[in-house]
Amino acid sequence: MTDAPTVAAGAPHEGETRRDFLLIATSAVGAVGTALAIWPLIHQMNPAADVLALSSTEVDLSPIEVGQSITVVWRGKPVFIRRRTAKEIARAKADDASDLPDPQPDSERVQKPEWLILVGVCTHLGCIPLGQRATEPRGDFGGWFCPCHGSHYDTSGRIRKGPAPENLAVPKYVFVTDTKIKIG
Amino acid sequence: MGKFVLGAVLALTLGAGTAFAEVPKPAAQAWSFNGVFGTFDRAALRRGLQVYTEVCAACHSLSLVYYRHLQSVGFSEEEIKTLAREFEVEDGPNDDGEMFTRPAKPTDPFASPFPNAQAARAANAGALPPDLSVMTKARKGGEDYLHAVLVGYRDEVPAGVEVMEGLFFNEYFSGQQIAMPPPLADGAVEYADGTKATVQQMSMDVVTFLAWAAEPTLEDRKRLGIKTLLFLLVLTAMLYALKRKIWSDVH
Amino acid sequence: MTSPTWNNPVVKWIEYRLPVFSFTQDHLIDYPTPKNLNYWWNFGSLAGITLTIMIVTGIVLAMHYTPHVDYAFESVERIMRDVNYGWLIRYVHMNGGSMFFAVVYIHIFRGLYYGSYKAPREMLWIIGIIILLTMMATAFLGYVLPWGQMSFWAATVITNMFSAFPLIGEPIVTWLWGGFSVDNPTLNRFFSLHYLLPFVIFALVFLHLWALHVHHSNNPLGIDTKGPQDTIPFHPYYTIKDLFGLGVFMLVFLGFVFFAPNFFVEPDNYIKANPMQTPTHIVPEWYLTPFYAILRAITFDIWFIPAKLIGVIAMFGSVLILVLVPWLDTSKVRSARYRPIYKQVYWFFLIDCIVLGWVGFNSPDAMFMGAVSFLRIGQVATAYYFLHLLVVLPVLGKLERPRSPPESISAAVTKDSDTVTEAA
Repeated sequence: MTDAPTVAAGAPHEGETRRDFLLIATSAVGAVGTALAIWPLIHQMNPAADVLALSSTEVDLSPIEVGQSITVVWRGKPVFIRRRTAKEIARAKADDASDLPDPQPDSERVQKPEWLILVGVCTHLGCIPLGQRATEPRGDFGGWFCPCHGSHYDTSGRIRKGPAPENLAVPKYVFVTDTKIKIG
Repeated sequence: MGKFVLGAVLALTLGAGTAFAEVPKPAAQAWSFNGVFGTFDRAALRRGLQVYTEVCAACHSLSLVYYRHLQSVGFSEEEIKTLAREFEVEDGPNDDGEMFTRPAKPTDPFASPFPNAQAARAANAGALPPDLSVMTKARKGGEDYLHAVLVGYRDEVPAGVEVMEGLFFNEYFSGQQIAMPPPLADGAVEYADGTKATVQQMSMDVVTFLAWAAEPTLEDRKRLGIKTLLFLLVLTAMLYALKRKIWSDVH
Repeated sequence: MTSPTWNNPVVKWIEYRLPVFSFTQDHLIDYPTPKNLNYWWNFGSLAGITLTIMIVTGIVLAMHYTPHVDYAFESVERIMRDVNYGWLIRYVHMNGGSMFFAVVYIHIFRGLYYGSYKAPREMLWIIGIIILLTMMATAFLGYVLPWGQMSFWAATVITNMFSAFPLIGEPIVTWLWGGFSVDNPTLNRFFSLHYLLPFVIFALVFLHLWALHVHHSNNPLGIDTKGPQDTIPFHPYYTIKDLFGLGVFMLVFLGFVFFAPNFFVEPDNYIKANPMQTPTHIVPEWYLTPFYAILRAITFDIWFIPAKLIGVIAMFGSVLILVLVPWLDTSKVRSARYRPIYKQVYWFFLIDCIVLGWVGFNSPDAMFMGAVSFLRIGQVATAYYFLHLLVVLPVLGKLERPRSPPESISAAVTKDSDTVTEAA
C-alpha cells in the first residue's frame, strides 16, 4: 500500500477485534512476566541463607552469678540475661498488682523465675537501656533505664515510667539443659 | 617494575603453546547433572561426601561450602549436626582473650585441614593443595577433567618422559607430572550403601560431590530456566502475532 | 505531527511547566520513523535495554559485594550460594556483559553497512564510538571485581600498557594502582569507577538519542525521508517490533544464563587471585580479543619507537580511528545496497574483525593447521584493519560507480515491495 497508514487507532476495519484481544492478552502475559522478573530483585534484599542460619544462638548460663547480668548478641541485637536475686524476684511479683502501662504478670515473662531473658532494645525508639553493669543507673524501679528519652523498666523488664509503650520483649528461647538456653 | 611484569606476562603467554607435552582430551562422562533436566544423583552425592571427608579432606579445604548447605540435597538437620561435630574448628577469642577449638556447627564452613597456606605447603613438600570449593568450574574440561586426573595415574611412564623427584606421572594433568600422590585405591573407603568402592566409582562420586559444591544452585537454575524459557517462548510468539497484525496495514 | 491537547487538569498543569507529555508524544509515540527499517534496526533499542538490565543487576550486586582483596572472591561466592536469587542476578550480570557487546557490535556493523554515520549523522556516530570506549572501560573494570586469577592479571596487563609511554608511563601506572602493584587500593577504585561509568554511558546514550532525533533514523535505502508518506509513527509499529525483538533476544540471553552460564568465562577466574603466579594462558573476554590481537601484532620497533608503544597506540588507535569513518568514507551514497564494490569489502572487513577476535584467543606462537603462526595471521589481519579504514574507504568512494538509489522510500516500496520489506 502506498499511502501512509494513519495512526494505529485508525478507522475500525475487520480484524480489529482480534487485534484488540491479542493486544490485551499479550499485555497481560507481558505484565505477569515483568512482575515475576522483578521478584528476584526484591527478594535478594531479604535475609540471605547465611544470615538465616545464624538466627538462633546457644548460651551457657553456668558462669553467671546470682545478681549478675550478661549481654549476648542474637540476630545483631543485645539480649539481656539477668540471674535475679530473691529480692528482685519478689519485687517483680509484688509489682504484678501495680498500675502497669503494659500489664503482664512476671510469671508470663520468665520460664524459671531466676532467669530473666530480654531483648535489650527500648520499645520506644530502639536505644539500648542501661542497667546491665552494677555501675549503671537502673532507673526508679531497679531494672533498666533508657538514657535516650528516660524510660524506666522494672526487675521484670516491664515499662513503668517514660515514653516507651511496651515492656522489653522476651525472645523465644528454650532451656536445652538446666544451664544452657537456645535463643531463637 | 611495570615493564618487568608486562614482559613476564607476555613471555608466559608466548611460551604457553610449547611448554607442555600433548595431554589427551578427557573423555566425556555421563554425569547425572548433565543436560537440561539433569539433577545431582543423591546417592552419589552421599558417597562423594564420604570420599571427600575420608580422603581429600586430609589435604584439601572446601572453605566456601558450609555444612548447612547439605540441607539442600536431602541431608537432615541431625545428619548435618553429627557430621559437623566430627571436626574441630578454631573460634574465639574467649573472655580470657584466648583462641580455642570447638566442634564444628552446621553454620561453619567445611573444616580446613591446615590453618593457612604456608602450613599446607610445609606439610606437602612445598606443593599447595588447592581449595576444592569451585574446582569443577576452575579447570578447563570441568568434571570430565577432574575425573580423568583422578583415574589418570599410570605406573609405567612412557619412554622419554622423566618424572621428577616427588612428582607422579598423570596422563591428564597439564605437564603430566603432578605433586598429588594417587589419592584413590580400590577399597580406600567402605561405602555405607554397599556400593563397591573401585577407583572409577569413587572418582565419579567425589566429582559429583564437587560439582555440587561448586554449583549448589544448579538444580534451581535449571528448573527455573525451563519455566522461564517456556514462558518467554509463548510471550514472544504472542508478540510476533501482534506485530504481524499491527504491521498488516503497512505492507 | 501536532501534539494532541491535554484535557486532564493535572496533566495540563504539569505539561505547562514541564512538557513531558508532549515530549513523550513527539519522541516515543508520534515520532516519524522510516517505514522500511529492517530487523537490524532492532539492536539500538536492545542495547538500551541491556544497559538498563546491567545497571539494575549491578546496583543489586553491589549491595552484597565487598571490594576488598581478602573478601571480594568470597563475597561473590556468597552471592552465588546464600543470597536469595543471587546466582541468577550474578549470572545475568556476567552474561549481560557479553550480550551487551554482541548487541552493540551488531549495531555498529549495521551502521557501517547502511552508511548511518554519513552526513548529517556524524555526531550520532561519534557519540556512539565514545559509548563503545566507555563500555570497554566499564567491562574491564567490572571484570576485575570478582578478584579471580583472570581479574588480577587482566588488571595488571592492561594498566601496565600505560607504562609504554616514555617518561610519564611509570608514574601513570603507579597512580592508577595507588601503590606498586595491583592491590587493594586498585580494587577499591575500580569498584568505584565501575559503579560510576554506566551512568556516564546512560548520559551518553541520551546524547546519542538526541542526535538521532534531530535528523531521524537512517534506513536500508540510505536515502532521506521525503515526507509523511515515507514514515510511520514509532508507536505502535516500532514499539511492537522492538518488543518482539526483545523477546527473541531474551530467549538467547537467558538461554545462556540458565543453561550455559559459564560459557563466556575462563575457568581461571574461578581461582582466587594470586599475585605470585600468572595463569599459563591469559586472554581477555571475547569482546576485547580483536583489540588484544592488534596489541600483540606489533612485534617490531619502528625507527626509535619501541614495539610495545606502537602496539598500545595501534590498539587504542583501532577504536579511535572509527571516529574518522564519516570523513574517511568519501562515497556520497550511504547504503551498501547501491555500492557494488563496498558491499564486497564490507564483508571482508567483518571477517577480518572476526579473525582478529579469534587470533586474540590463541597464543601468538601456536600454529594454525601447523602452517602459519597466529602471530602472522594477526599481523596480516591488523594490517588489513587499518588498510580498510585508511585506504580502501577513501579510495573506493572516489573510484566506485554506485547504482542510483530510488527516489524515495515510498517509491521503492511501490516498485519492489519484496526486497524492501522488513524481512531481512
